[in-house]
Amino acid sequence: MMRLWFPAAIFILWFVLALFGQLFSLSPDHIELSRILLPPDANEWFGYDDLGRSLWDRLIVGAQTSFIVSIAVVAISMLIGVTIGSFSAFIGGWFDHLIVRIIDIFLAFPGILLAIALAGLMGPGIDNVVIALCVVGWVGFARLSRAQVMTLKNRDHVQAAIALGASRSRIIFKHLVPLMAAPLIVEATFAIASVVIAEAGLSFLGLGIQPPTPSWGSMIRDGTRYMLVAPHMVLVPGIALMLVVLSVNLLGDRLRDWLDVRTRDRH
Amino acid sequence: MLSFVISRLLSALFVIFGVSCLVFFLIHLVPGDPVEVMLGESSQPADREALRAALGLDQPILVQLMNYFNGLLHFDLGESLHSKRPIADMLMERIPATATLAAAGLLVAVIIAFPLGIMAAMKKDTAWDSGAMFFSLFGISIPNFWMGPLLILFFSLWLGWLPVSGQSGIESLVLPALTLGTALAAILARMIRATLLEVMGEDYIRTARAKGLSERAVIMNHGLKNAMLPVITLLGLQLGALLGGAMITEIVFSWPGIGQLTIDAINRRDYPVVQACILLISLTYVVVNTLTDLVYAWMDPRIRLGNAQ
Repeated sequence: MMRLWFPAAIFILWFVLALFGQLFSLSPDHIELSRILLPPDANEWFGYDDLGRSLWDRLIVGAQTSFIVSIAVVAISMLIGVTIGSFSAFIGGWFDHLIVRIIDIFLAFPGILLAIALAGLMGPGIDNVVIALCVVGWVGFARLSRAQVMTLKNRDHVQAAIALGASRSRIIFKHLVPLMAAPLIVEATFAIASVVIAEAGLSFLGLGIQPPTPSWGSMIRDGTRYMLVAPHMVLVPGIALMLVVLSVNLLGDRLRDWLDVRTRDRH
Repeated sequence: MLSFVISRLLSALFVIFGVSCLVFFLIHLVPGDPVEVMLGESSQPADREALRAALGLDQPILVQLMNYFNGLLHFDLGESLHSKRPIADMLMERIPATATLAAAGLLVAVIIAFPLGIMAAMKKDTAWDSGAMFFSLFGISIPNFWMGPLLILFFSLWLGWLPVSGQSGIESLVLPALTLGTALAAILARMIRATLLEVMGEDYIRTARAKGLSERAVIMNHGLKNAMLPVITLLGLQLGALLGGAMITEIVFSWPGIGQLTIDAINRRDYPVVQACILLISLTYVVVNTLTDLVYAWMDPRIRLGNAQ
């Protein structure tokens, strides 16, 4: 039970706080010099930061930031990736070769490196973070949907649609995409987890969301300067981040078992 | 085998070419005029023109691209705008620190992952197994930039065992290596468990047991050896994540490597240095991946003799 209810609860909490957090009348940027670095107490569960701002308020607005960025990035990457990957596999020939080469080139940038470079050169800001993470993110979806279409395109119903003269986009979006929904949903879930980490990572490096807008990553960075006197500043956003990522990963695991998506690395 | 090696090398060359082109075009992503961004808005027009000419940005794009590749082939990466030093020298100074960190992270990952993965596979569906797998999920879910401060908090500030940052002997390597190695250890442990479980169902394992080998010998000599192939591929692929993670780990621990240089250069708008760092890290990754593929083929004849994809 723990495997489903705990992550589901955390995920829903994240979702609700991100969407309805505004109802709490938050003041994440309100500076109160008399409360600088105050530790958590009964009234203020999470304490205050180095400018006397409420960590609870900043945590909720940070949840909004990470939620909006991750949903936007995963939605855009999936749309681009699935379109490119499916068309590549369906059309085949030199076009497919070209796409595979392009995918190889993007995969040659390790981890978050390309996002760091893009965000660093384009300048900080939430829109540039989304663009940078989409440039990195579409590749996974493209690879997955390409592999799926490769195995699906010889099915009878697809051949029938081709014989009936259906257009390529109709075949792909009406006859192929619904069949690969299960692996795509699982991939999207894990993608959300990695985008949450990547956004926080960019903000931690100062390349993401700009102050004073709170992001969990920049909150952790601010906290590292006061670890000895105010460890809550680094613990609060870090635990929130870890719980969200852990929950999304656990949900992804569950979804994978439930939708029966076969992969090599998990049993 | 030879044709496999040649085709693998050709495709690596192509990727190297593509990556270099992409890195070249990165500087054109800078919004507005990159020269103005680098020098600041209050800079003199004469200075801007001088820098534009020095960077070759006043020339047609194809000429710029040719000059760039010509420079790359001669290991001439240009000069830093900030320190005016040759970028190649700056990279050479930083490579040992990053290489040490990555190697130490890899070592930590292997030391943690093998016992954990083997134990989980041996005691499948017990509390040991679920404990190990839950731990590994934790490892995947904790980002470097939080793991690092957390370790500093416990081991340096509260317990006082290890230094907070810097590079002073082996003690200062422990926390960065742990930070970097944990995520890889987690992924690796899962992979070892999964492949070991797959292999342990094979006929030759039953034969090994039937001829009276101890369970330890069965696992070590027959199981693990055959489970190693996918694990090696994973290690090669994950080296990218390790290098990416090293950048953030370097920032957390003020480790003077390529990652630190990259972020410093981004903050100083020293774009030629940024380009060089990105290029260095991704090319390293391409080379390692190609080597992994070749080693894999060398170890497993089924791959080099069968059709590769």
